[in-house]
Amino acid sequence: MIEPLGKDLLGLEPLSGDQIRLILDTAEPFKEISERAIKKVPTLRGSTIVNLFFEASTRTRVSFEFAEKRLSADTVNVASSGSSVSKGETLVDTARNLEAMRIDMVVIRHGASGAAQFLAERIESNVINAGDGTHEHPTQGLLDLLTLRDHFKRLAGLKICICGDVLHSRVARSNIWGLQKMGAEVAVCGPRSLLPNAIDDFGVTVFNRIEDAIQWADALNVLRLQLERMQAGYIPSLREYNRVFGISSERLDRAPKDLLILHPGPMNRGVEIDSDVADGPHSVILNQVTNGVAVRMAVLYLLAGGKPELAEAAKSGGR
Amino acid sequence: MTRASSEGALLLRGGRILDPSSNVDEVGDVLLSNGVVEAIGRIGEVRRDGDELHTIDCAGRVVSPGFVDVHCHLREPGREEVETIATGARAAAAGGFTAVCAMPNTDPVTDNQAAVGFIISQARLAGASRVYPIGAISIGEKGETLAEFGEMVGAGAVAVSDDGKPVVSAQLMRTALEYARTFGIPVADHCEEPTLAAGGAMNEGIMSARLGLRGIPAEAEEIMAIRDMLLARLTGGHIHLCHMSTKGSVELIRWGKERGINVTAEVCPHHLSLTEEAVDGYDTNAKMNPPLRTLADVEALQQAVRDGTIDVIATDHAPHHYDEKEREFADAPNGIVGLETALAVNLTWLVHSGIIGLPLLVERMACAPARLFKLPGGTLRKGALADVTVFDPDASWTVDPARFRSKGRNTPYTGQTLRGLVDLTVVGGRIIHQRQS
Repeated sequence: MIEPLGKDLLGLEPLSGDQIRLILDTAEPFKEISERAIKKVPTLRGSTIVNLFFEASTRTRVSFEFAEKRLSADTVNVASSGSSVSKGETLVDTARNLEAMRIDMVVIRHGASGAAQFLAERIESNVINAGDGTHEHPTQGLLDLLTLRDHFKRLAGLKICICGDVLHSRVARSNIWGLQKMGAEVAVCGPRSLLPNAIDDFGVTVFNRIEDAIQWADALNVLRLQLERMQAGYIPSLREYNRVFGISSERLDRAPKDLLILHPGPMNRGVEIDSDVADGPHSVILNQVTNGVAVRMAVLYLLAGGKPELAEAAKSGGR
Repeated sequence: MTRASSEGALLLRGGRILDPSSNVDEVGDVLLSNGVVEAIGRIGEVRRDGDELHTIDCAGRVVSPGFVDVHCHLREPGREEVETIATGARAAAAGGFTAVCAMPNTDPVTDNQAAVGFIISQARLAGASRVYPIGAISIGEKGETLAEFGEMVGAGAVAVSDDGKPVVSAQLMRTALEYARTFGIPVADHCEEPTLAAGGAMNEGIMSARLGLRGIPAEAEEIMAIRDMLLARLTGGHIHLCHMSTKGSVELIRWGKERGINVTAEVCPHHLSLTEEAVDGYDTNAKMNPPLRTLADVEALQQAVRDGTIDVIATDHAPHHYDEKEREFADAPNGIVGLETALAVNLTWLVHSGIIGLPLLVERMACAPARLFKLPGGTLRKGALADVTVFDPDASWTVDPARFRSKGRNTPYTGQTLRGLVDLTVVGGRIIHQRQS
């Protein structure tokens, strides 16, 4: 018997492997809906979902919105630049106001680590973490897992290297927890100034040289390197970063096998990844985006109380 | 508060009298009159004729010199909605503290004699625990211009500190140590290398990496601790290291003391009892600076209290309004209240766990702080100030912040069952707190 997901999805660290597998399995039947001419099923008809984005986001917000709309939920987007503090209203007041409007779910993206949990502890609605600070981005982790599983037909035993700014990456954390719980071997590769000092305690292999990571891995998940990291002095220049850690076809050509290339986006072409790799035959970057909608539909469905075994039936009718 | 005994004499009868400053540990009576300790003796042997004698049965209780807290934040002037000198002094009384030292990071900063005088007059009006002001090292705690130590000491300041902020400039710290030596006061430093600690919200380690919170490495404290000790060696000044939190700091202090450097150090009850695990779940009541560290740090600090590397336990009582803490972890302010839980936390984690005995706890909470900061009190010797605390070291209670006298409710101990309750706090022979039975 698999434990239900509970009220919220705040991260992959608290989930069991079985729970993660449940979400991935539930996503499978939802993939097909997006391939239909009429991309809509009535599963969440009457549910109200607020997409609360305190940080700029296009891909994740649109992906959630499509997932919600394809399940027939009523959605409202609330976007706010800057933190809740600069906005003047506190996050707890925002939460109370939303709750007073009798909503069913909140999807929250926030610049502060722990913001999703903070909200979840204060409202009765389901809360889905769409990225909190440098903590977790669980639906991104899930869609990465789904994309890897689509390609390799398994996750156990796979060797996945996460490349780049692990220190500031919520995607990295969700990937590490999710992959480890599914039995994959995880490595990280990047400049030591962009890895947590305690990285060894995560149970991952650390590669200092990207060439070594490429020799080892079945797939690379290449993280976005933000310009701010250079400005804050973590690395001397983006140019050198590309020269030392950039994923280029020259480097990949020396791999003993074809590597699958993932990237959570948005890409800095010519920095962490070269265009010919991003657009090349081993890139599954767009498959990730497609899978994002299915995974988010699965999460919405399960948190709303949907029965996993009925997901196939849910495509055509009720809950 | 009761004023029943303010005029007459007070007899504390049949308690375990514990005064490490005079090597007393015996069951007996303590007679207080005219604001001083008049006599100590066996039960029934201390008598007094004439004036009305108010007797309090202390059987089964510990009678010790009143506790002295060398590090607290009373928020007045500037943040009176969070705490005032009066509410802070009453919280201190409820926690068994007969005297507290108020840090100068108020608004405006306590960096001149008038500001020092204001604190003293507010404390007098409050009529609870004694409050001794600590003046700022630098004007406005800006780390630039030395404040007027001489006039502040003249007005009643007992030490100087820019607490809340480190003294970044080594030259300013050198001068402060030299100048303070002129007046015989300690310089208390908040040890934090600011570029390493910048933006940090908790201890740097596996927990900060997991939670995605920016960490403060132990080295941010240790670098400044050793710098300060080297400057104390250079100047002969008295450096007092505030709220030490790491194993490395303990080792450095040990190094300094072995070499005769004029260094003293304090530790807070929370750093002796909690680890960074308390932050899990983003509990902002586990957010303070320096942050909660690891179990190895806690154990090293406990041993340092035992072996004397750490001289005193101080609360770093830091009240905040509840909605300041009710927010995203990285945005929440640092600090917890401590005056009303300090004794019980120390008893629970140090004494009842067998690390130190009761006499040593009294030494670290009462005698040593008074001695190091040259304050009256901290002893029950005949003729000393009648500042006395009576407590039950065994009584269990569950922490309910709603019952605090402090305006602050920000404590990580909510709902925990601790051992040790204050029965009576006496200042100058006058009862300022008595436990409601």
